[in-house]
Amino acid sequence: MNAPDRKKYDAGVKDYRSTYWEPDYTLRETDVLAVFKVIPQAGVSREEAAAAVAAESSTGTWTTVWTDLLTDLDHYKGRAYRIEDVPGHDEAFYAFIAYPADLFEEGSVVNVFTSLVGNVFGFKAVRSLRLEDVRFPIWFVKTCFGPPHGINVERDKMDKYGRPLLGCTIKPKLGLSAKNYGRAVYECLRGGLDFTKDDENVNSQPFMRWRDRFDFCQEAIGKSERETGERKGHYMNVTAPTVEEMFRRAEYAKEIGTPIIMSDYITLGWAAHNSLSRWCRDNGMLLHVHRAMHAVIDRNPNHGINFRVLAKLLRLLGGDHLHSGTVVGKLEGDRAATLGWIDLLRDRFVAEDRSRGIFFDQDWGSMPGVFPVASGGIHVWHMPALVAIFGDDSVLQFGGGTLGHPWGNAAGAAANRVALEACVQARNEGRPLEREGKDILLRAAEHSPELKIAMETWKEIRFEFDTVDKLDLQHR
Amino acid sequence: MSDLQDYTSRLSDPTSRKMGTFSYLPPMTGDQIRKQVDWIVKHGWNPAIEHTEPQFATSTYWYMWKLPMFGESDVDAILAELKACHEANPDNHVRLIGYDNFTQSQGANMVVYRGVPV
Repeated sequence: MNAPDRKKYDAGVKDYRSTYWEPDYTLRETDVLAVFKVIPQAGVSREEAAAAVAAESSTGTWTTVWTDLLTDLDHYKGRAYRIEDVPGHDEAFYAFIAYPADLFEEGSVVNVFTSLVGNVFGFKAVRSLRLEDVRFPIWFVKTCFGPPHGINVERDKMDKYGRPLLGCTIKPKLGLSAKNYGRAVYECLRGGLDFTKDDENVNSQPFMRWRDRFDFCQEAIGKSERETGERKGHYMNVTAPTVEEMFRRAEYAKEIGTPIIMSDYITLGWAAHNSLSRWCRDNGMLLHVHRAMHAVIDRNPNHGINFRVLAKLLRLLGGDHLHSGTVVGKLEGDRAATLGWIDLLRDRFVAEDRSRGIFFDQDWGSMPGVFPVASGGIHVWHMPALVAIFGDDSVLQFGGGTLGHPWGNAAGAAANRVALEACVQARNEGRPLEREGKDILLRAAEHSPELKIAMETWKEIRFEFDTVDKLDLQHR
Repeated sequence: MSDLQDYTSRLSDPTSRKMGTFSYLPPMTGDQIRKQVDWIVKHGWNPAIEHTEPQFATSTYWYMWKLPMFGESDVDAILAELKACHEANPDNHVRLIGYDNFTQSQGANMVVYRGVPV
C-alpha cells in the first residue's frame, strides 16, 4: 500500500494559488466547467485571482481551518485550470474553473448556482466578475427535469409545422379590464396569430383579477379556434406572490382547458419555477417563460452573468418557450451571441464556438429543446430577417406590430401571418430572404390589403442603437 | 372611417377556415408546389400525403393516402401521387407532409389542394 501524503495543520492565511491553481489538471467528463471574466484588484496576480474565484465558489474560505483535514479536499475543491486574455481588454482575463461532480446536488440548478455565483461575486480580490459560460456534464443534464414538452411535442399539440409560430403581447400592458383585454386577444387570434401573451407584469392587479382575465381569454381562444379551424393559445401568466397562489392559478387554467401558461422565471425564483415546470409536464400544459429582470444580471459586460448561462439554466429548469432577444428590434442583442444561445436552447449538441461566445461543448442528451421567442419592437418589415435568423423553430411576437395596425388587431395579425408565410414559402423556394425581402413582401401585399397598409405604416421605423453588451471579440 | 376595412372572417362562413402553413396565401400554382416538394426532398424528409373531408379538418388524424413515400426523391413521382389523391377525393383537403425522422416531427406540412368549404 502506498502511504498517503501526511498533511499537518498549519493555521493562517495561505495564497489561494498554492491550493486552487492547477494548470496541469486533467479535465474529467463529470466536471462542471465554468469560465469567468475577471478584473482583479490592483496588485493581485491573474493566477491568484483565478484561484481565489475557484476557492470561493467551491470549498474555500479566507483562512485555513483544522476541519479541512477531516476530508479529502482534493476530491471536492474547484480548480482554476486555465487563464486567457480577453480580446480587446487590457485588464480583464478569462479564468476557467473545473468543479468536481460531488460538489453538487443532483438535478439542482439552485444548488449549482448558489455555489458558482454565490459569495464569490462580492469578493474583495476581484474588482468585477462575470460568469460567461458553464459546461453542464451529462450526468447533471440527465438529473435535471428539462422542458415540460419541448419543441416537437408542442408542434404536435398545437398542430403547427414548417414555419415559426406567431404571437403578440397584449397592450397596453396594464390597465385594461378583463373583458376588453379578452377582446384584444380574440381579434389577434381570429386574424391569424397562434398565440397571444400576458405581459410579464400582468398578474392579478385591481383593474383585472387573474380569474376574470383567464375566463375572457379562454372564450376568445375557443371562438377564434372555431372561426379559423386552427389551434390557438394565450399565455396565461400564473406568476404570483406565493407558490401556493401560483399553483391555484395554474390549476384553474387547466380546469378551463387552456393549452399554455407562463411564468417569469427570474422574479418568480428558480425553485418555484422548477416546481411549475414539473407541474406542467404532469398536467399536459405548455409553459412560456419570460425573462424579466435578466438585464439587471446580464447587461454589464464586466459583471454579472451572461444571458447564455441564464438560457442554459432555463433549459435545465424547464420551459417550452424562452424570450431570447430579437437581434433586429428595440431590445439589446448582439447577433452572433444571440444565435449562440438560440442554438443552446434548441439543439441536442452545441460545439464550442468562440465567434458566438460559446466556450464549451454542451451535450444535452435527450433533453427536449426550447422555442426561442423573438419579441419587442418588431414589425412586418423585419419578417424576412427574422425568418432567416431564427428559422422555423422559433416564436415571433409582434406586439405594437399587430395592435398598432390602422385597421385593428385582426388586420394586423393577418398582415403578420401573410408576411410570415410569404417569407417561408420564398425561403423554401431557395430565395435569399435578407436580400430579396422587400420584393417578397411587396408581392405578398398584392393579395393582402392588410399587409399593404402595415408596410406603409411602419416603413420608416428603424432601431439602430449601439449594442452595450457585445461579444468580447467585437470590442473596440 | 371610410378608409378602414372590415376583417371579414365569420363563424358562419366556411371560407373563413384556415388550414395551417400557407393557408393565408393564395393557392399554390403547379410550379410553386413543385418547389415545395423540392424543399422536402432536399432535406431528406420522407414525403407523405393525407386528406380529409373539410368538415373534419380540425382532427389530428386525416386519412393517409397509402403509406409515406420513404426514401422517395423523385419530385415528379411525388407530384403524381398528390394528383392521384386529389382526383380520387376531389372535394377533400389534400396535404403534403415532410416527415423528419431525426426530430420525429414534420419539417413541412401544407395543404396543396383545398377542398370544397362546408
